[in-house]
Amino acid sequence: MALILNEEQQMLKTSAKEFLTQKAPVSALRFLRDAKDSVGYDPSLWNEMVEMGWAALTIQEEFGGMGFGYVGLGQILEESGRTLTASPIVSNILLGASTIQIGGSESQKQALLPAVAEGQLTLTLAFEEHNAHRPLAIKSSVEEKEGQLVLNGSKRFVLDGHVAQKLIVSAMYQGEIALFLVDAGAEGVKIDRKLMMDSRNAASIQFDNVSVQAADQVGDQSALEQVLDIARIGLAAEMLGTMQEAFERTIAYLKERVQFKVPIGSFQALQHRAAMMFSEIEVCKSMVLKALQAVDAQDAKVPVLASMVKAKVGEVIQVVTNEAIQMFGGIGMTDDEEIGFFLKRARVAQQTFGDYNYHLDRFASLNGF
Amino acid sequence: MNDTLTDKLAAFRQETADWLEANCPASMREPVKNGFDDLYGGGRNGVFKSEDQRIWFERMRDRGWTAPTWPKAYGGGGLSNAEAKVLKEEMAKLGCRAPLWSFGLMMLGPAILHFGTEEQKQKYIREICRGEIWWCQGYSEPGAGSDLAGLQTSAVDHGDHFVVNGQKVWTSYADKADMIFCLVRTNPDVPKQRGISFLLIDMESEGVSVRPIKLISGKSPFCETFFDNVKVPKENIVGQMNDGWTIAKNLLTHERSTVGNLFGSIMPLHEYAVDAVGLENGKLADLTLRPEVARLMINSYALKFAIEQTIDMTKAGHQPGAKSSFFKYYGTELNKNRHELMLSLKGYEGLEWGENYNDGKLARDMCRTKGNSIEGGTTEVQLNIIAKHVLGLPKSK
Repeated sequence: MALILNEEQQMLKTSAKEFLTQKAPVSALRFLRDAKDSVGYDPSLWNEMVEMGWAALTIQEEFGGMGFGYVGLGQILEESGRTLTASPIVSNILLGASTIQIGGSESQKQALLPAVAEGQLTLTLAFEEHNAHRPLAIKSSVEEKEGQLVLNGSKRFVLDGHVAQKLIVSAMYQGEIALFLVDAGAEGVKIDRKLMMDSRNAASIQFDNVSVQAADQVGDQSALEQVLDIARIGLAAEMLGTMQEAFERTIAYLKERVQFKVPIGSFQALQHRAAMMFSEIEVCKSMVLKALQAVDAQDAKVPVLASMVKAKVGEVIQVVTNEAIQMFGGIGMTDDEEIGFFLKRARVAQQTFGDYNYHLDRFASLNGF
Repeated sequence: MNDTLTDKLAAFRQETADWLEANCPASMREPVKNGFDDLYGGGRNGVFKSEDQRIWFERMRDRGWTAPTWPKAYGGGGLSNAEAKVLKEEMAKLGCRAPLWSFGLMMLGPAILHFGTEEQKQKYIREICRGEIWWCQGYSEPGAGSDLAGLQTSAVDHGDHFVVNGQKVWTSYADKADMIFCLVRTNPDVPKQRGISFLLIDMESEGVSVRPIKLISGKSPFCETFFDNVKVPKENIVGQMNDGWTIAKNLLTHERSTVGNLFGSIMPLHEYAVDAVGLENGKLADLTLRPEVARLMINSYALKFAIEQTIDMTKAGHQPGAKSSFFKYYGTELNKNRHELMLSLKGYEGLEWGENYNDGKLARDMCRTKGNSIEGGTTEVQLNIIAKHVLGLPKSK
């Protein structure tokens, strides 16, 4: 497959860019932060996104979706990475809808996916239990107690966990990893919203004898692993947008800021660092598209590509956001200047679904060394 | 493409496949073991390494297929680009070696076809196609490396000839070459780029001397070339007097893209690593080098995908533009890192150094890679180009 966007994908990217820069620029995130908004994103903005079909994009047509694929969703994620737009795309679509599509039964898909596509239902995946990404080390369990299945355990870093209507929870069930669908309002579910440095949310959630049905299982270990790889690749697309925007703002600043009577961008010490970052961002662009295309093609290389792209993009975004602050100088350290928001989002995204250390290790293991 | 053209191309493919099958000797279908050294380089004193090599060269030469797309009138094959692609593909299928490998084919020929006079094309292009002259390149000087336009080798006008004085360095294979194409200063009193001419000099001329250069990696094809009152006929100038920089820039762009591509290939580094240090519990036994190996492989894939994307963009009719500007920089830095890592993986064994290049090849290769980011435009020059022309950063004072 040619490593370029087709016309429809390009059009989607262009319209996403227009919409997001107009409706949800970085100042919108600042507003949510300063207003201490209880949701953490703007529900009316999310409704507009749903109306444009963004929630339905990756859902198959038979379940009320558009079947447009992950290359398309990747373009929206990339553009929302540029504007740092807070929305439930990652938690609800990339994680939630993907899990139901991969692990759900026919009737679960019928019941849940059209509702997600229409914006009637928000989901998220509760899978982390440790202080770093270790998705397969699970202590939470679903066991039979007095003739009734109950879920016990605790999860952390659940993206948008305080507002999602349904939680998909990983737990040990009959000796194996299984995913269970749980109502956020069910008895025994205790949700503790955590504000993160990027002004988004990742809740800690406790499950205390929460009653579940065997019929609420929506997938196994394989589904969890597949979903995480899709999420890694999708998040890498968002991070690609963030690094590009941070870099372009830095270059603009280098041209505009005058010291010693010349623009600081004329200094070779800064020019070379800028040129190196340009090169790294260029390779990230190709790699992200390669990985997104592999997801749509259901290529066997998806796991390797997911670790490759999450590691690479994670390292580059770290360099680019650090250099951005350094090159902006004192003004970059102030909260009034927006560049700091990029650094903060970069750090959270870097650790979400595994940082580069995790993925260098996983890449090695997947390649047999 | 219309049907007639498709049919014609299919017929050409069949014809070519049959001809290659009948005419390419078996030993010329084996992969080369020693790089360019296994290919015929031509020249006045050209030596064939085998009878098969001679036969293969002569048969290809007689069809003009040493330079498939160059005009027939000058000894080329006169093929269209589509036909040349078919020939390349059919040769690749059989594993046919290049019948001739020379700087004349790669560098001087295209320049003469573009900038030369009719007489020059008749003479030099024919000689290049027929492998009769071994050409070398005289650009860099001891005082003109990255600042190539600051070159000082002078050519002074004496009516019907120039008199050349000065020194060139990094003249690959100058000790074997018959002729050298040189950048020389023909006007010292104008801004440096506007006083340079492109001159062809016979290496047998009186006053030319050559000294091979030994590198930190050992023996190399590089030489120093000295010009001491060398007389060069006026008609040996290519292009206009004082307009040689235009030709030089044209050739350099070509050289940079070639060097970048050479090092863009992926080597299964993890296999090398496992072979060198072994596995423990399924993981590379050296746990500190393990993520380094992974990182290097990922970066190699990153460059591979970027090159792939550039090709796809070009095929789709887009201008890749900025996309390829960093390949040379990125590829050569990657190759240096890969060799450092290989040396670390090999441990003490990798440090051994013997009399021949193959005794201590890794250590020598590692040393040699240091030149990758210097030759053909240093990493720093490449970064300057990106900063200025791609990012539009202001000129430094």
